[in-house]
Amino acid sequence: MTEKKDFLLDIQNLTVHYETDSGVVHAVEGLNLQLGHGESLGFVGETGAGKTTTALAIMQLIPNPPGKILNGNIIFDGQNLNTLNEEEKRHIRGGKIAMIFQDPMTSLNPVIPVGEQIAEMIELHQNVTKDEAFKKAVQMLELVGIRPERAKDFPHQFSGGMRQRVVIAIALACDPTLLIADEPTTALDVTIQAQVLELMKELKKEFNTSMIMITHDLGVVAEICDKVAIMYAGSVVEYADTRVLYTNPLHPYTNGLFNSIPDLDEDEEELKVIQGLMPDPTNLPSGCTFHPRCPLAQPECSQKKPEMIEIEPGHFVACPVCCNAFVKKG
Amino acid sequence: MLKYIFKRIISLIPVLIGVAFIVFSLLYFTPGDPARMVLGDMATEEALQAFRETEGLNDPFIVQFGRYLYKATTQADIGRSYVTKRPVTNEIMTVFPATLKLAAFSMFLAVIFGIPFGIISAIKQYSWFDSITMIFAMIGISMPVFWLGVLLILFFSVRLNWLPSSGFGTFSAMILPSISLAAQGVAIVTRMTRSTMLEVIRQDYIRTVRAKGQKESLVIWRHALPNALIPVITIAGIQFGQLLGGAVLTESIFSIPGVGRLMVEAIKMRDFPVVQGGVLYIAVAFSLVNLLVDLIYAWIDPRIKAQYR
Amino acid sequence: MSQMKKRKMGNFGEIMRRLKKNRLAMFGLTIVVLLFITALFADFIAPYSYAKQHLSDAFQAPNSKYILGTDEFGRDIFSRIVYGSRISLQVGFIAVGLAVVVGGFLGAVSGFYGGKIDNLIMRAMDILLSIPQILLAIAIAASLGPGLFNLMIAVGISSIPSYARIVRSAVLSIRNQEFVEAAKAMGSSDFRIIMKHILPNSMAPIIVQATLGVAFAILTAAGLSFIGLGIQPPMPEWGAMLSGGRGYIRDYPYMTLFPGLAIMITILALNFLGDGLRDALDPKLKR
Repeated sequence: MTEKKDFLLDIQNLTVHYETDSGVVHAVEGLNLQLGHGESLGFVGETGAGKTTTALAIMQLIPNPPGKILNGNIIFDGQNLNTLNEEEKRHIRGGKIAMIFQDPMTSLNPVIPVGEQIAEMIELHQNVTKDEAFKKAVQMLELVGIRPERAKDFPHQFSGGMRQRVVIAIALACDPTLLIADEPTTALDVTIQAQVLELMKELKKEFNTSMIMITHDLGVVAEICDKVAIMYAGSVVEYADTRVLYTNPLHPYTNGLFNSIPDLDEDEEELKVIQGLMPDPTNLPSGCTFHPRCPLAQPECSQKKPEMIEIEPGHFVACPVCCNAFVKKG
Repeated sequence: MLKYIFKRIISLIPVLIGVAFIVFSLLYFTPGDPARMVLGDMATEEALQAFRETEGLNDPFIVQFGRYLYKATTQADIGRSYVTKRPVTNEIMTVFPATLKLAAFSMFLAVIFGIPFGIISAIKQYSWFDSITMIFAMIGISMPVFWLGVLLILFFSVRLNWLPSSGFGTFSAMILPSISLAAQGVAIVTRMTRSTMLEVIRQDYIRTVRAKGQKESLVIWRHALPNALIPVITIAGIQFGQLLGGAVLTESIFSIPGVGRLMVEAIKMRDFPVVQGGVLYIAVAFSLVNLLVDLIYAWIDPRIKAQYR
Repeated sequence: MSQMKKRKMGNFGEIMRRLKKNRLAMFGLTIVVLLFITALFADFIAPYSYAKQHLSDAFQAPNSKYILGTDEFGRDIFSRIVYGSRISLQVGFIAVGLAVVVGGFLGAVSGFYGGKIDNLIMRAMDILLSIPQILLAIAIAASLGPGLFNLMIAVGISSIPSYARIVRSAVLSIRNQEFVEAAKAMGSSDFRIIMKHILPNSMAPIIVQATLGVAFAILTAAGLSFIGLGIQPPMPEWGAMLSGGRGYIRDYPYMTLFPGLAIMITILALNFLGDGLRDALDPKLKR
């Protein structure tokens, strides 16, 4: 593996549980993930795989009760975020790591004008007066394509797409090193989706922000991400450069995902689905969490949780079976 | 905004007419002969007939109601007391201020104590503070206002002799009645504030603010509170109505010279114009308070304000 | 159709399970049941008749002969409280029953047909609501005259608007759902649709409001009796007992203490139960 010091973000063996009335939800189990400076990582998985929980863990925003980071290290720019005190964590939130959430319709405070909401971010992390903060906020609005006169308007006066732009403006207001975007375009129309993605691409280039883009849409990943991590039931199962993963997916789950996308060129009669259902997070399968649904499953798969294997430089898979097959092939 | 105010005031009119209709109908259909009530049992048949003619008591219902409405709106004349023969309006206006003072002070107490307790309970949900507050709130809602008043008198006036048990002139005289009236109000405001706070804290935009790195105290104070208090204002308005109703009972217990006590005495003496007149005036006061609450609500909540810009 | 019924029954089991978990609600339920038993078997539980005077034993503090003492006429307070439970329950349930039926009907019609009818009915409800509920009850009771029956009507009428509103909003939310469209397409009459589909689905908020409503009705009835409306002596209504004991509070406080306690425990139990039902019927609203 590459030198640990090179990574902007290094998540080691992260485990997050939620204690609920119906049992303990194993949201994230032994997750490992790295992100380099200036990189954008696509974090892909179905709903319920644990992507948002991972993001919240990085932000140290896991609601407690009922959630808890049980184990693991989140090393950001040399510091282990799990060990910081509350004030240090607040310093990082918004200032160094910013997050965009999924639903723009509910992410903004309905009774405060949007300009002020952006200015709040600036006031928290930069040493400026209220007026200066507001001026900068207005500049941010222009940057995301909203007319500056609208700074005193309230969220309900904006459409979904425009609200998401405001959210982006808030997130980037203090030039964070890392931006985490949790399905930022899922709640938007397809045409608006394209606009917002374009905006994010431009801003990413301009600010040179590293980014983690959480999504379940492989198309979005192809558009905007350098690297991809595929997540299933609480841990990462495959990780590689986008181009590498898309041309040579190895993990059976990844293959299932790609296969389920209907091919316009082929004559298909049935949609290909991955057999079975997502496991119950309060009752995960033993060993490899995917083994009940896996076409390549071997007896060992139900006994031992597979480790990430670097099958080729920069391409990691958590499946010994397909690795053996790959090695045999070539 | 002015358009909204105007609209609201206009819509108040049919409601007040409706209330007048109810009050008048109740008066009209109350068993008993008004002529006899005013002139007494000794009156002759001619005197009774003459009275009925001059007062227009033989006219059809609609005509009488129209006359009632006209007199009420133009001269504030809603009849005379059967007992004192003085205009009902005068009787009520003499004592109304005391009732308003009592209700307003109780409302004040309810808000001053209810809101902070509700907020803290919501923030520290599941804590012992929360549990105890909720139990007290439950007791507050369940305790009859007249029983509480009696108990307070028993302890603080009779046994301890700290506070007076009647009258309303001095500040110390106001304490016990206000507390007994406010108890229910405090309980309701506490519960309501707690529940709106709990809902607001779970909203996405609160998470957004935390993700900005904002201090928790400001998250609550600047973001959660303003959103949570908006529905509480509406409840406060409705509470005022309940307080006015409860004042009737409280005034009896503490011998406060207000509309409530006037009405209770009038009930005993079967002086119906005063009883119904009291109801009418209180309903008007209540409607005005609700109007005020609606306007405040529209002014505070930008979503509503924007509709009428 | 039977599939839906099965699901409703399944839901019912879930609801009871959630309710049982709530200790306060169960406590409330127990008290209410006890109250019912007391009212039903008052003749067996009460050692004396509620009107029987033992003038030589008047003003006695609680002792072995009279568990909770006697009032100014020598009547046993405990027996009067026991019989009083009958009155309270009667008033509570009949008043609320009246309000639910009339209010529910108005609300259903209003929500279902909409338009002018809706406007008219809701305006009428607004007018009723602009008079504080207790005062409205007082006004009606003063007009109707004394008596238990008139008290029930007064309290009932003053409660109508809340049920009208609840049922109307439940109807509005269900009316537009697809299974109602399906029923219409099948040719069901309006009446049938209301009775078979809309009402069962609006039961939940009605039940919660009704439970809390009984509490409020009992409280209001006690208040009215306290100021002299409604109950005639020697009927042992708790509020009237409180009123009667007021003059003697200095020396014989138990005369007001016990009836008030009876009222408070009843209301508390009903409120716990009502809150518990609300949480059990819609857990999303809970914590």
